[in-house]
Amino acid sequence: MPVRRIVTRRLHERPDDSWTIDAALATGAYDALRKALSGMNPDDVRTEVEAAGLRGRGGAGFPTANKWGFLPEGRFPRYLVVNADEGEPSTFKDRMLLERDPHALVEGIGIAAYAIGCNLAFVYIRGEFALGYERVVQAVADARARGFLGRGIQGSGFDLEIVVHRGAGAYICGEETALLSSLEGEHGMPRIRPPFPAVEGLYAKPTIVNNVETLATVPAIITMGGAEYGAIGVERSRGTRLFSVSGHVNRPGNYELELGSTFRELVESDECGGGVPGAGAVKFFIPGGASSQWLLGEHLDVVLDMDAVTQQYGVMLGSGAVMVYDETTCPVRVAWRLAKFFSHESCGKCTPCREGTGWIMRVLHRVEVGQGRKDDLDLLLDVGDNISPGLNAPFSQTTICPLGPSAVSAVVSLDKYFRSEVEDHVREGRCPYA
Amino acid sequence: MTFNEDDRQRARAIIDAYPVARSAVMPLLHLAQDRDGWVTPEAMREIAEMLALTPAEVLGVCAFYTMYKREPVGNLVVSVCTNVTCLVRGGPELYDRLQHHYADDGDVFVEEVECLAACDGAPCLQVNYEYHLDMTPETAVEIVDAYRSGQRRARGVSGGASAPVASGGGA
Repeated sequence: MPVRRIVTRRLHERPDDSWTIDAALATGAYDALRKALSGMNPDDVRTEVEAAGLRGRGGAGFPTANKWGFLPEGRFPRYLVVNADEGEPSTFKDRMLLERDPHALVEGIGIAAYAIGCNLAFVYIRGEFALGYERVVQAVADARARGFLGRGIQGSGFDLEIVVHRGAGAYICGEETALLSSLEGEHGMPRIRPPFPAVEGLYAKPTIVNNVETLATVPAIITMGGAEYGAIGVERSRGTRLFSVSGHVNRPGNYELELGSTFRELVESDECGGGVPGAGAVKFFIPGGASSQWLLGEHLDVVLDMDAVTQQYGVMLGSGAVMVYDETTCPVRVAWRLAKFFSHESCGKCTPCREGTGWIMRVLHRVEVGQGRKDDLDLLLDVGDNISPGLNAPFSQTTICPLGPSAVSAVVSLDKYFRSEVEDHVREGRCPYA
Repeated sequence: MTFNEDDRQRARAIIDAYPVARSAVMPLLHLAQDRDGWVTPEAMREIAEMLALTPAEVLGVCAFYTMYKREPVGNLVVSVCTNVTCLVRGGPELYDRLQHHYADDGDVFVEEVECLAACDGAPCLQVNYEYHLDMTPETAVEIVDAYRSGQRRARGVSGGASAPVASGGGA
């Protein structure tokens, strides 16, 4: 069975009230925090997370314990910032966790903050998540009232406060340095690294930025033990991950799978996506959020392994969003809509992205509406090459952050798999699917 | 004046939650928008004063984010997703219908937005940041009308609960 409920356990045990403090406590919430505070020193916690092989669940997949280890010794204060600004198209796993298990996040923050020596943490929540914001604010207040936050938590010498901060509509703020700028009250624009946030982050202090799912997994790791969690998975992809499956499937939703399962299990099995409706088949799918390159139906047996998908297929598991498209779907239309998204969300700081994403959008639009020119695909690749020289995966970039190169992924995928469909649009002077 | 004494107290608590006052600019903009229905120039001036910024700096932040409205938008903001999952499940048709239906209605502001992270319920929309999933053009109009007539209680225009909500939950 590929489905394994670790980070979603409470949601299934208490479907009607999993977000409340009572339901959370009845299902073991804060046991891991107590265990960490009473019997482990901060380094022990980091060692368990390292043994678990936990990698960031936001998109980049960086090993969490290594990231924590980059904090310069002896420099305080240091901050923990939760990236809850989930905006990658078709990703909806963090919103589910925020709304339905905020205590797993608060507990994860507590354990991580203890491990890194932080006494003030921030949760930067996407502005549109009004309910998620309310649930997290309530969870923080309830946890505080029960002595899981505040001064001398559970009789230990460890203090922690959490500030919950709402964004206001800007995809770019999901990029960690832009998020920090936004949290400081500036425009949410990315910063050049180095310095990395671990050295110079929020208010120029050492800062760790972790994703919601990453932190919500930490209590389970402390409870199970890093070795047991790390026994699940494949190669350097350990444990489980939440995958958001959407599009042309019978059962769109979030599914927690052991890494090492396949896209086919995720998309077609009855306990997950349940396959394409009707007599349809998968034409193509976007395997890791809008920033990833695409795969075809023939690739469904590819294994969910964060490194292998990139090395062998040039795609990424990214944010865990899997968008499925059947044979009725025009790939040019999907590529155009993605380009429109990236053009709208480009913050404008770097010229290749600010100008390039607009060019990609406009050229794809004219192709889609039947006004394309013979060499438009090559023009698109040329524009893409200005943003991401070589058009490789993992990509190189002429921009500060990965937004620009992400906009190129769809263009590269069109060239790789759907060149003839682009040519059909140009030759026929219309979208063959319209 | 935009902020009454109650709001000012709330604002001070928000500012105090952060190590650096400037971080409060976003929650204060949300507070103002929930109160007035949009971010007025007066509100921006008041926020600037509270944070020792210039009004231009506050405007700069305000203009960067799509949720802040710098002109009146009525009492209901209807945000319709047309991104790549909603795209193939009827999002654009939903947007077209709502936009035409409420074109002359000063109380309802229909906007096309990027992915709202509810793709398991595509096509989806939000009314003042409250989700509605698996919409058809018909059910969408019914729901917006229910808010309009007061049958459904709407959040603030910035997504706050009935009264503006404070940020800085740990403080």
